[in-house]
Amino acid sequence: MQGQGRIGARLAQAVPTILLLSVIVFGLQQLMPGDPALIIAGEAAGDPHVVAQIRAHLHLDAPIALQYLRWLWGVLHGNLGYSWRLDEPVTALVAQKLPVTLQLSAMAFLFAVVIGVPAGVISAVKRDTVWDFIANGVGLFGLSIPTFWLGIVLILVVSVDLGWLPPSGYVPLMQDPLRSLATTIMPAFVLGNAIAATFMRHTRSAMLSAMEQDYVRTARAKGLSEPRVVLRHALRNALIPVVTLGGLQLGTLLSGAVLTEQVFGVPGFGKLVVDSVFNRDYPVIQGVVLVTGALYIALNLLTDLLYVLINPRLRAA
Amino acid sequence: MSATAVTARPAARAPSPFRLAMGRFAARRAALLGLGLVALVVGAAVFARLIAPIGPTAADWSAIRLAPSAAHWFGTDEVGRDEFARVVFGARASLLAGVVSVLIASAIGVPAGILAGVAGGWTDAVLSRIVDAMLAIPFLILAIALAAFLGPNLRNAMIAIGITTAPVLMRVARAATLDVMTQDYIEAARALGNPPWRLALRHVVPNILPPLLVQSTLAIASAIIAEASLSFLGLGEQPPTPSWGAMLNAAQQFLTQSPWLATFPGLAIFITVLGFNLVGDGLRDALDPRRAGR
Repeated sequence: MQGQGRIGARLAQAVPTILLLSVIVFGLQQLMPGDPALIIAGEAAGDPHVVAQIRAHLHLDAPIALQYLRWLWGVLHGNLGYSWRLDEPVTALVAQKLPVTLQLSAMAFLFAVVIGVPAGVISAVKRDTVWDFIANGVGLFGLSIPTFWLGIVLILVVSVDLGWLPPSGYVPLMQDPLRSLATTIMPAFVLGNAIAATFMRHTRSAMLSAMEQDYVRTARAKGLSEPRVVLRHALRNALIPVVTLGGLQLGTLLSGAVLTEQVFGVPGFGKLVVDSVFNRDYPVIQGVVLVTGALYIALNLLTDLLYVLINPRLRAA
Repeated sequence: MSATAVTARPAARAPSPFRLAMGRFAARRAALLGLGLVALVVGAAVFARLIAPIGPTAADWSAIRLAPSAAHWFGTDEVGRDEFARVVFGARASLLAGVVSVLIASAIGVPAGILAGVAGGWTDAVLSRIVDAMLAIPFLILAIALAAFLGPNLRNAMIAIGITTAPVLMRVARAATLDVMTQDYIEAARALGNPPWRLALRHVVPNILPPLLVQSTLAIASAIIAEASLSFLGLGEQPPTPSWGAMLNAAQQFLTQSPWLATFPGLAIFITVLGFNLVGDGLRDALDPRRAGR
């Protein structure tokens, strides 16, 4: 009951959040200095006929609320507008680039979990020892090093000096899985590094409080072996808040992807945004912002669902 | 301060919570190291002209991309400018961006958070949904979009980072306010007939400062990374004024021939951000001893 109520409440919250997100995305356009019709017209901006045509075509003279509703209606029908630069529907561009970034993000997430969670556990179990000190130091290092610089340094060492991996480029997973892994493993590691530190810190903190709970003392008193106490009893409970954290990290991943893709020349979502920014291709920027925001809200709804499923207290109540 | 110094005072007053917290802060080596790193970078920014009299924009076409040497400690860049001078002067853009954008974020986020926490009800619901919507957009993507629509320069980058950081501070201010509002002294102040605005200003604000101070310090660290990221993408400080992100972007072209160009600006960002992160962690442990070391 409680779990269902929680999901219902979250769903009810998500709707206004998505609507507000659309208002923010639409509002971005209003920040633009100058007349959008003139910018779209480009070299033909001197011709008032062309400018008037563009203005009429895009309904730029209509009241702002009406413009928003017209735009929202289009978005709800899968129409995110047309790229000014590539003359392609924004939806098609997004659909084309998104899988690349998702592959990168999924691999990065895997790196982060594989590094961050065990490091957090060791750090908590061996609290105040040299292991704890090392894990904390590595975590702080991960939080403080700029993603793009780590990428540059890795290219320098791994690709230029050692020649182990290609410095840039991308091969689709379906085309050649092995080469695809070779081109994405370095960017994925760089991208995963920042959130590995966050995972490590949260796992450590959750483990420290779990280890103080009565059920851990009971498990020890029953004579269970220490690894069993740590893994079966403490970690299972400590992972619950960490799962929620996982959903919240999507934003960090997508932010980091923009820089990582730029450094490693991966043709994904992030590169699409940056290229659009420099070509003043505003509909694409708006489309990308809207899609990432909606993705984030959807993923966090899913995480909440997962939270209810793995947390026995919410499930049984 | 030694124990005898305290007892020797005639009034024998207990040390204030602030003093206690500062004592705990000073006892942490990591926090002091962080403070030292921050002081180093602030010193570089303030005394840049004394430290690097050559200046960051003096080009020398006879000294292009020289490796580090006694004459040029960090080498020279693609137009023969002294890399050391550019790294030292680059501290200005980074620190300015870190501090100003967090000030902008606080000016928006803190009043909104207190308002949401004190007023509750619809006000809280509406403000919280706006914050949810803003937080749904990945930090850097929103900052890039804002900087792109506003136009690329340092001022707009700071506005963009400030706006994107505001929701984080709003959430912290709101949570801290809600926490304070359950305290007995608020109940007492309310019972005495204090209006809500007076409750907020006289009783809530002073009590939510500690968590805000911690969050702001950590936010400066993220803002500095964000500024470096934006200027790496060409959306921050414009050339020839030096900024670490833009220097790294330029260095990418000469990665194999002149790796030092990519080394020093990156190290500078790392040291600065590490400093603020260490200070933020230290402040959190000092101001909230129950959570220390967690």
